[in-house]
Amino acid sequence: MKPLSQTLQYVAKLSRLDLNENELQNLSQQLQTILDFIDQLKKVDIANVTPTSYAVDITNVLREDLPITSFPLEKSLANAPRKKDSFFVVRKVID
Amino acid sequence: MELCDLTAHHLLSLLKTKEINAQQILDSISQRIKKVENQIKAFVRLDSNRFPVETINQHTITTSCEKILDGIPVAIKDNICTENFLTECCSQILQGFRPPYDATVITKLKEAGAIILAAKTNMDEFAFGSSTENSCFGPTRNPWDKTKVAGGSSGGSAAAVSASETILAIGSDTGGSIRQPACFCGVVGMKPTYGRVSRYGLIAFASSLDQIGPLAKDVHDCALLLQVIAGYDPKDSTTINIEVPNYIAALEKDIKGITIGIPKEYFVEGIDEEVKTIVYEAIEELKKLGATIKNVELKHTHYAVPVYYIIATAEASSNLARFDGVRYGLRLESENLISMYSKTRGRGFGAEVKRRILLGTFVLSHGYYDAYYLRAQKVRTLIKKDFEDVFKYVDCLVTPTSPTTAFAIGEKVNNPLQMYLSDIFTISANLAGVPAISLCCGFTKNKLPVGLQIIGKAFDEEMLFRVAHAYQMHTQWHKQKPPL
Repeated sequence: MKPLSQTLQYVAKLSRLDLNENELQNLSQQLQTILDFIDQLKKVDIANVTPTSYAVDITNVLREDLPITSFPLEKSLANAPRKKDSFFVVRKVID
Repeated sequence: MELCDLTAHHLLSLLKTKEINAQQILDSISQRIKKVENQIKAFVRLDSNRFPVETINQHTITTSCEKILDGIPVAIKDNICTENFLTECCSQILQGFRPPYDATVITKLKEAGAIILAAKTNMDEFAFGSSTENSCFGPTRNPWDKTKVAGGSSGGSAAAVSASETILAIGSDTGGSIRQPACFCGVVGMKPTYGRVSRYGLIAFASSLDQIGPLAKDVHDCALLLQVIAGYDPKDSTTINIEVPNYIAALEKDIKGITIGIPKEYFVEGIDEEVKTIVYEAIEELKKLGATIKNVELKHTHYAVPVYYIIATAEASSNLARFDGVRYGLRLESENLISMYSKTRGRGFGAEVKRRILLGTFVLSHGYYDAYYLRAQKVRTLIKKDFEDVFKYVDCLVTPTSPTTAFAIGEKVNNPLQMYLSDIFTISANLAGVPAISLCCGFTKNKLPVGLQIIGKAFDEEMLFRVAHAYQMHTQWHKQKPPL
């Protein structure tokens, strides 16, 4: 297993989180403590146990395919940090 | 006693006989807010000098008394959307966010005639925490001892009810976030069964665990508020389409002949001796009222906290991906899109949120998924099965809500694991999806409230109201007021 600080940098990149050196150091110590604590789950016998993703047994919930009105454009864009016409604006992603 | 000190059901009876009007209730809580809010900080973005306090739907104030909550003020946690009114999850990343729609619970409250306060209640950022210290607005103080935390994450809602700054409040509970602050502040708080209350408009933390629920001064009020917000919602496909019972009718029934289970795993080392003694006294009281007490086992309780911190953080890391500076809230411009995301998130999220996003991303990442996430989901099945097994023999379970009373502000800030362990008795109910209520069952020598938790079968909130109300009918703890 890679040292946690290295893994942490990779995970921070996946999470799109800018962390400074100080944060990286603190977090790697704290996460190590938490991971050690979590490791106690290895003691549980989980052979033949199915995983639970929702506490209430529900499968697909289907509804009638009926048209409904959506939010008006100006409402949907009202909170945008930058917008133009009917769009959210970000830096160009394709040259 | 002022009007703000009364319960909703008492106020409703005074409104009905025209002894008071709704404006007087709002004026009374506005006066209380002016007097105590500077010490408590239950609300965020509140101008405590404004009189009366700003509401979302003041124009609807009525004396008609036709609807179930006509004229009753309700405070809302900062993670529940209110159309056009700021909803920021107490996070810098959502600064300035005015939702384009109301959460379903807000729509229901408005329809029921409730007066919704415009300032929201304080909380741990994105509901990540157990003390309300992780709020970007600073901590809420416990009305019983202002050097102590109010609990969390719905600390603002619990403190506002306790300090009579509102009559009722709404919170959300993912691992104890309604019950633990209710316990620390000496009020009543319930996490309903998963699927009982619509989550539409609740800013998601962990979607398989989150539930919105009521906080109130007594069990009767708590039942009244759940009655309004419960029910199937086509906008939340995880709500269950079954009838909502009459919770007020459930309060009338006594508890003779019911069986209450006492799980031994909730009375182990680590629990404060005074808390333990007071909870045992409450159990004795329930016995006197005619309940049969039975010792039971929930064998996997010990694993609830580690399971929770894998599942909740995994779901949170995914849910919080939407805060990227594109559509709402904070944006830090940068040379390209990816670095704009990273800079915005690096600046906008607080320390605990970063910690949980990283942990959640880690347990879901390639090579670790089976070892952590999948294993946790399987242990969750075992925890859920423990409850299913025990509920074949008992009608409900009684435990302490928290192993301790409210701790000091700052005491656990630098020790995330210690903070996580303060939810040790509340987390299992979220993992199993079952309902649970917390109510005050006494005070320590230092005059801090102790909470009694009652856990029930899925969709049997009636049993919890019945037992909790019977207890309050024979005790006076819920009538005590903090020294403000």
